Amino acid sequence: MTTHPDPVREDPEAVPAQSQAAAVPSAAPARHAAVAEATDWADGTDTVPRAASTPEELQPYAELGLRDDEYDRIRQILGRRPTQSELAMYSIMWSEHCSYKSSKVHLRQFGEKAPPSDRLLAGIGENAGVVRISDELAVTFKVESHNHPSFVEPYQGAATGVGGIVRDILAMGARPVAVMDPLRFGAADHPDTARVLPGVVAGVGGYGNCLGLPNIGGEVVFDPCYQGNPLVNALCLGVLPVERLQKKDATGPGNVVVLMGAKTGRDGIGGVSVLASATFTEGSEKRRPSVQVGDPFMEKLLIEACLELYDAELVVGIQDLGGAGLTCALTETAASAGTGMRVWLERVPLREPSMEPHEILASESQERMLLVVAPEKLEAVLKTAEKWGVWATAIGEVTAPEPDGAPGRLRITWRDHLVVDVPPGSLVDDGPVYARPMREPADLILLQADRAETLPRPNDPDTLRETVLRMIASPNLCDKTWVTEQYDRYVLGNTVLAQPEDSGVIRIDERTGLGVALSVDGNGRYARLDPYQGAKLALAEAYRNVAVTGATPIAVTDCLNFGSPEDPGVMWQFAEAVRGLADGCAELGIPVTGGNVSFYNQTGAAAIHPTPVVGVLGVLDNVADRVASGFVPRPGGDHDQIFLLGETHVELSGSEWAWVTHQHLGGVPPQVDLAREKQLAGLLADAARVGHLSSAHDLSDGGLAQSLVESCLRHGVGARIAVPERFEGTSMPFVFLFSESAGRVLVSVPRGHEKAFTALCGEHGVPWELIGVTDPTGGALEVHGQFRIGLDELREAHTGTLPALFGGVQPFEVTAPAEVEDVVDVPTTDLDADSPTDSAVEPTGFAVESTGLAPTDEPATDDEQAVDGEQAESAPETTEQTPDRSAGRAVPPVRTERVESAETADPAPPVSSAGVEAPQQGDTEQPDER
Amino acid sequence: MTARIGVVTFPGSLDDGDAARAVRIAGAEPVRLWHGEPELHGVDAVVLPGGFSYGDYLRCGAIARFAPVMEKVVDAAGAGMPVLGICNGFQILCEAHLLPGALTRNQHLHFRNRDQILRIEATGTAWTNAFQPGQEVLIPVKNGEGCYVADPATLDALEAEGRVVARYVGGNPNGSQRDIAAITNQAGNVVGIMPHPEHAVEALTGPSLDGIGFFTSVLKHLVGAPA
Repeated sequence: MTTHPDPVREDPEAVPAQSQAAAVPSAAPARHAAVAEATDWADGTDTVPRAASTPEELQPYAELGLRDDEYDRIRQILGRRPTQSELAMYSIMWSEHCSYKSSKVHLRQFGEKAPPSDRLLAGIGENAGVVRISDELAVTFKVESHNHPSFVEPYQGAATGVGGIVRDILAMGARPVAVMDPLRFGAADHPDTARVLPGVVAGVGGYGNCLGLPNIGGEVVFDPCYQGNPLVNALCLGVLPVERLQKKDATGPGNVVVLMGAKTGRDGIGGVSVLASATFTEGSEKRRPSVQVGDPFMEKLLIEACLELYDAELVVGIQDLGGAGLTCALTETAASAGTGMRVWLERVPLREPSMEPHEILASESQERMLLVVAPEKLEAVLKTAEKWGVWATAIGEVTAPEPDGAPGRLRITWRDHLVVDVPPGSLVDDGPVYARPMREPADLILLQADRAETLPRPNDPDTLRETVLRMIASPNLCDKTWVTEQYDRYVLGNTVLAQPEDSGVIRIDERTGLGVALSVDGNGRYARLDPYQGAKLALAEAYRNVAVTGATPIAVTDCLNFGSPEDPGVMWQFAEAVRGLADGCAELGIPVTGGNVSFYNQTGAAAIHPTPVVGVLGVLDNVADRVASGFVPRPGGDHDQIFLLGETHVELSGSEWAWVTHQHLGGVPPQVDLAREKQLAGLLADAARVGHLSSAHDLSDGGLAQSLVESCLRHGVGARIAVPERFEGTSMPFVFLFSESAGRVLVSVPRGHEKAFTALCGEHGVPWELIGVTDPTGGALEVHGQFRIGLDELREAHTGTLPALFGGVQPFEVTAPAEVEDVVDVPTTDLDADSPTDSAVEPTGFAVESTGLAPTDEPATDDEQAVDGEQAESAPETTEQTPDRSAGRAVPPVRTERVESAETADPAPPVSSAGVEAPQQGDTEQPDER
Repeated sequence: MTARIGVVTFPGSLDDGDAARAVRIAGAEPVRLWHGEPELHGVDAVVLPGGFSYGDYLRCGAIARFAPVMEKVVDAAGAGMPVLGICNGFQILCEAHLLPGALTRNQHLHFRNRDQILRIEATGTAWTNAFQPGQEVLIPVKNGEGCYVADPATLDALEAEGRVVARYVGGNPNGSQRDIAAITNQAGNVVGIMPHPEHAVEALTGPSLDGIGFFTSVLKHLVGAPA
């Protein structure tokens, strides 16, 4: 596509500032004269004079989501009834989504309780928070929701969610460099999830991939509470030289207002008021026209054009157009500068010429930015836009404040008719603010009394073994490759860590190695049981996920997903979560720099679990020091020691185990000790810097068992674990493996570093315990006295779930059964780890062409192959301890053979041989029943 | 003298910076070329990088093929200049008829990004002479439309003439016929490859360093080539 700006024509009637404007032929605006005269309804336009003369005319304010008292307020502000265009503008700017009218009174805490920070260059209220990470460089990051559109139209909803947050980051003067996507869906096996999830994932990927932004992490969570209200949150990270920070202020009367990017169409009209600020009911699918449609190619061009404008210092102010479109951009830029604005609306390039002024003002067409440009720089701006093939059109000019010193007015004409004449601040700052009624949900006491600690637990090795396999295959704990391999994680060449690591790590400065780590986390079940603690737990987890990479956490962003604020129970949950997050940030000493509130996530009377999603950003002075989550292969049978940091209590309420095994949600969530999290982060940063850690992995959902399995499977390195003495007997080994106590990290320490590392733990006051060793040649995870599970069996359980549910990933011409994929996942390290005997096996393992499954052009055969692959994948495991599955299969993956030979050669020495028969411990306390 | 290797930026190119970095790491000087300029600025070789040129509208590579810079690239390729098309660049080379066949939608219909083992089958090209025949390398693959197709006669000819440069090993990520990941023209100076060697040039950010070989190959080729 070759796009060109609208031809720039000379307009003899216009003042110099508009001389470059792309004028509509029919309109030769005589600047002020026509305004007062047009009083009729002749061309269907409701003008300001007409509104003044027809005060009794009935207006559909209720349909637009405004309450009686809000409508009265508008009339009071204007001294007349609003025009159709003005009504549209107030209805969207005063919607919950734009005005934060229900949340404002609570969100103030983020500012009030925020710890002082000399890093913060821009904070709450800006498009995104900006944090300095060196003398020259800053980063900006924010997470936002696009929940409602994604339920109505999954692909476009998710795609434009990514597009919207990317423009927020761009508007700060930053180059977007990475995205993340915390996603929540209904039950994994629900038919509608099969509609929503693939569309959302394809939309996130489709937009982000085409934009050239690596996707470095996120979440995929399933819970029935999200069935009618999936949560699609998107985070973007940007980087900028400190001096390139941009402002949105439309300063300088006489400056030109330029609309740059895509043409304006009818898509997304009413997105924020109709979709995002109302509860879903029957017939919500009819709201599809309220969802925007994205064009990532246009956005890519817009990014490059904007960055070039910034570097040439051609813009005075800039604002992205997102929710509430032009209305929001015009009013916010004018209001923040205290100036006024004069806009010729017919100059806006339209996709559909029949659009009416209120539609143009409300349209949420994507990929648009509003620029404020000094008149003498307009030509250079238009030229840059032309170079990148994006439209740029002068649509108005900045006007002076009122003679009496009051802020300027926003006056918008449509073909010479004055259709809007408002004080911009009245839309932005003077919206309604509600202290809505709050009440603790009546069922909470009963819910909290119903503790998961009283549920029957596995208390013998066989059940425990079966539980491990069942848990790692459960939808929330299973491998998410089916999702994440639809995202480009390599583009830009600075991705140091990406999913499934605990944090994404991006190199920011190629010269010095300076980089950042980012993680987003949330747990709706914990927050349902206790929103205050739940918010803190989400913060603690994201903070810990950043810390395990060795990074120092410095800033927070949040996306607060809740039900209807008109429900006092939901409002109470919201208030508690905000209080928890604000308190937590104060305790950790890191500020909330920006975020987003998403209310009305409910269908009918059923609200989602309160779901605060928290993003934490940390700094790594040198990304080469980062620590990853997988146990590392060691040549020559050497192994690392595995330590568990932190304390394990009997904390099962709200756990993944309680849900998967008993469909149980009750009790109180795990305790959170932020002082301990801080100590832990300090320890991990120090230990990473001096090279004490070969791996570090956060413990959260699914507890120690989950982290062990993930660390083993990352590079195919087994482990031998000893259950500490105080966790011996009956169900205590289960508690050791599945409790979800916070503040814990699993680390592996290379030989020779143990003493120094444990001394460092002591210095930082972090309890530690030696629980085992890695076992690079054993090919299994063994918990001494309990069970031994081959890595193949673990992998098969862990990776099979999503493909089985959502399918469709095996190409028809694939030349090997599905299992071979697993081998491909981790080849580098495997090749590194090859012992001499292994290397002899390798060529046959990869020589898949020789199996008779060679590619063919005949569809029938292809289909059979696909079916074969699936069956092989979902075939129940019949042998356990010594997997010998090759007999029943045409092509045994090489890993299987290798494992088997290793097992035969080295029949899994008991843990004692590694010298850890008596688990040592730091100042770990006895586990307590809570 | 350092070799100068051009990297073309089309609107929608995404891996142009990565390709330039890879050129630099291999020891050459990257020269950025602009799609709208029919000018190669005296470079010794050209890389067409990955991305979604012109939004991949109409068909991947179909519009880029008409970019002013491509006239020069096609002429230079005909005269023997080494040209490497990566991913979207491969698609453009096919659309420009510098290479036979076409890249179509992945057969499973999903975009797929994974670390992929390739076997280098042809080491006589300008871009693969640093490898051993049959050498297996680990290179990221990431595409939505990377399924290589051609009619049987073309495929047979490619095989017979040793113009299949690399094949997918251990699982075909997109359904490409005969597991083809990369091919070359008859002269061996133009190579199209679906996976991304420019993403495997640093231990910190890539799954291996195997991608460097493609870029050092062209340096070797240029030294040996007549001026």
